[in-house]
Amino acid sequence: MDEAILAISLVWLFVFIYAILGSVDFGTGFWGMVYTRKGAQAGSIANRFLSPTWEVTNVFLVLLVVTLVAFFPAAIYSFGMALLIPGSLVLILLTIRSTFMVFHHSVQRFRNTLDIVSGVTGVLIPSLLVSVLPILTGGFIDPETRTLRIGKLFTSPVTCAYLAFGLSSELFLSAAFLADYSREADNESTYRVFRRHVVWLGPLTLATAVLTTFLMGREAVWLRDRLLEERLWFFLSFAAFLIGYLALFWKSRDPGKSRGLPRLSFTLFITQYALASFAYGRAHLPYLVYPDLTVAKSVTNPEMFRYLLVSYAIGLAILVPGFYLFWRLFLKDKRYLHQR
Amino acid sequence: MDELTIARSLFGSSLAFHIIFATLGVGLPFMILVSEIVYQITRDRDYTVMAKRWTKAQAILLGVAIPSGTIVAVQLSLLWPKFMEVVGEVIALPFQIELFAFFLEALFMSIYVYAADRLSPITRIVSVFLVALGGSASAVLITSANAWMNTPTGFKASGGKITEVHPLNAFFNPSFPSAALHVLASAYMTGAFAIAGLAAWRMLHRKSEDREYGYHKKALMMSLAVGGLMSLATAWNGHAAGQVLYDYQPEKLAAAEGHFETRAYAPLALGGIVDPDKGELVGAIKIPWALSFLADNRFDAVVKGLNDFPRENWPPFYVHTLFNLMVVIGVLLIFLSFLAWILQWRRRGKKKTSLPRWLLGTLAPSGLLSMLGIEFGWVFTCSGRQPWTVYHYQRTSEAVTDAAGLGLWFVVFIGLYLLLLVGTVIVMHSFFGRHPLREELEGIQQEYPAEGEW
Ligand code: HDD
Ligand code: HEM
Ligand code: HEM
Repeated sequence: MDEAILAISLVWLFVFIYAILGSVDFGTGFWGMVYTRKGAQAGSIANRFLSPTWEVTNVFLVLLVVTLVAFFPAAIYSFGMALLIPGSLVLILLTIRSTFMVFHHSVQRFRNTLDIVSGVTGVLIPSLLVSVLPILTGGFIDPETRTLRIGKLFTSPVTCAYLAFGLSSELFLSAAFLADYSREADNESTYRVFRRHVVWLGPLTLATAVLTTFLMGREAVWLRDRLLEERLWFFLSFAAFLIGYLALFWKSRDPGKSRGLPRLSFTLFITQYALASFAYGRAHLPYLVYPDLTVAKSVTNPEMFRYLLVSYAIGLAILVPGFYLFWRLFLKDKRYLHQR
Repeated sequence: MDELTIARSLFGSSLAFHIIFATLGVGLPFMILVSEIVYQITRDRDYTVMAKRWTKAQAILLGVAIPSGTIVAVQLSLLWPKFMEVVGEVIALPFQIELFAFFLEALFMSIYVYAADRLSPITRIVSVFLVALGGSASAVLITSANAWMNTPTGFKASGGKITEVHPLNAFFNPSFPSAALHVLASAYMTGAFAIAGLAAWRMLHRKSEDREYGYHKKALMMSLAVGGLMSLATAWNGHAAGQVLYDYQPEKLAAAEGHFETRAYAPLALGGIVDPDKGELVGAIKIPWALSFLADNRFDAVVKGLNDFPRENWPPFYVHTLFNLMVVIGVLLIFLSFLAWILQWRRRGKKKTSLPRWLLGTLAPSGLLSMLGIEFGWVFTCSGRQPWTVYHYQRTSEAVTDAAGLGLWFVVFIGLYLLLLVGTVIVMHSFFGRHPLREELEGIQQEYPAEGEW
């Protein structure tokens, strides 16, 4: 594998990880808003997960930006020019959200407002992030000034389709996660709430995905043709979805539990997204930004490349035990999951 | 204002805002670690109460430190895309490694805050140590990138292209060692004085026989010990940083001193204002020979003056004032912390254990002063580097984005920062109002560990 491909694979891997973590994080904020206002337990489960994890999720976003700069320095000019407006908006919303997450924990008085903030930004931020994808497929950057045609971007049906797909994915994945999380916390009533959401969101997400591909295919012919070449992967992705969806209806072995195997479903849904993003990423190659930026043209020098890889190896070796401890304390430990 | 000026103002404000929370994010975990260790030595539970309360404060500050840092990181690419191209080619390593430091800090901060009641004392200390390590490491790493902008090494520039890149040479550039130590020491010092200032303020409003007075006094003396040592260290490696300027960035040193004529036996200038037309510093106190000696340990060292450099490469003159203020703050705080310890030492064994009110009154603003020192120091390095973004390689006007309409964002971000400052103050007030120290001190009379709900 050559350096550019290895580098873009790593970047894309981080995009994928952040997409999953971000969906769960932002979606949980949204569900937290919906259910805390109704005074249900589902809200407190959502917030219990969110409190210790959002910081770690945020680091993944920064990781994504820094990795892109480090591996593809020549692309930064185009990205910086094109993303000034959506990027700045994301920053502002993210700041408001993160700050309120922390303040939320410290001050009871404003609980309600704070829940709304985290819920609303939890919908807006992912929308803005998803809108980067159509920008990269070309047609929205003014070739003269290199800046974004923001009006065209947000009135295009393609963008709307990407947004619909992004949002329903966010809600779908976070509901699937929360279903699993409440099962882990032995909270069956909450589990049933989120399972219901997964059941209706699954087919909806699939429909938006098909719609997006269809609309995008009319605008970016190059991408459509390449996506068709990858149809085997999309088929596998669909299969993962189907099994995961069916698993929502299987009987649990424990007679005290309601229907469905949330752990299996959630794992398969992640697999579904992994396969689909792999295929999407492959189809997008060799372009970072269509039509003038390819990965090979913008990759960093070999010397820097080598050092970056070494730093990843060392960094991961140090961090993996930390992640393990974190997971055990907040996603596994019954004493944390069961508190009221 | 032209777009370049707006971009500079926007970015400078974002960093000036971030640095407040970032510095405390380095300094406070260090103080928490110190008090956890002092507790292990003295077994005085007041120190665990300090650790607990400071952790709560740090957790709130983190809520601003992290998003403001995210802003800075993304704005670097949005506002200075052509600078980031160079960064990616030559000095990407510290940025990349810094992320691992962030992960370390974020993971263990969550663990320390949300799982404290489920950790053994040893794991707790290890966690807070790793938080402190993560914060300090991120400061050192980002300083490496900034030091490289001042003394760029590790690459060759030929015909607008970058060749022969050596990432490690770039990382360990000439001004890195002194800058890294200076940034660390000044951050620890600021964390310590932030606490000292607050404790002194509280002591002014309590009677000396109060239980709370005793608590604050312990906090004050501990933080003054750390602050005193760290401010000594800050002055020492600040001096080293000045010598690096003499060797590698003579224009910056000249501007910092308002020094125009190249000469040996150069005087050190305190105060005064530069008159750019006459090309001289007006109204300064001059200490003969001192600049030459400080710059190169010899009175006959020749210090270059601004007249030796083309005018379009002169940094702005206000850096002279910034530099002076930073140094004055450093010297003042060394003096204050040692004074307090000497007074305390002379009263040992006496019945009267209170500190004089005038001393408390002077110590109360020390945290603020130290923070101002940080701000002045950073604006000094960044503005003193002008007109270069990468010294003698890339001009600021070559680094800036071509996108228009930055003015609106400037206004919006300033508004956001003001909002967050106010919000932080309100939340701190409201939290510590609902969890008064009195209650917590009563709580520790009972059994330990008494943490639990944070
Ligand atoms: C509490 C804060 C504080 C205090 C009291 C001091 N400094 Fe400082 N100084 C900083 C905080 C700081 C800083 C914010 O951390 C800087 C900005 C960039 C850097 O590397 O450190 C800095 C930069 C900085 C530089 C610029 C290095 C460069 O541009 O490459 C010099 C020469 C000094 N300092 C020298 C001193 C001296 C001689 C001091 C005498 C007491 C001093 N500083 C006190
Ligand atoms: C001298 C200056 C700086 C110091 C000492 C510093 C230090 C820190 C510290 C300690 C934190 C962690 C906050 C916490 O967890 O308590 C932080 C956060 C952050 N800083 Fe800075 N920083 C500086 C400048 C910068 C610059 C120039 C950038 C941009 C490249 C930056 C990017 C970030 C980011 C992205 C975060 C958030 C990390 C996260 O998501 O956890 N910082 N900084
Ligand atoms: C955290 C404290 C810092 C403050 C308060 C600060 C302040 C400033 C200010 C005021 C400017 C505008 C300079 C001018 O135009 O006169 C500036 C520019 C800049 N700073 Fe800093 N700075 C800080 C740290 C850093 C660090 C750690 C880095 C690098 C990693 C950095 C990179 C830059 C860049 C790239 C610019 C824009 C280009 C330039 O003007 O040279 N700054 N900063």
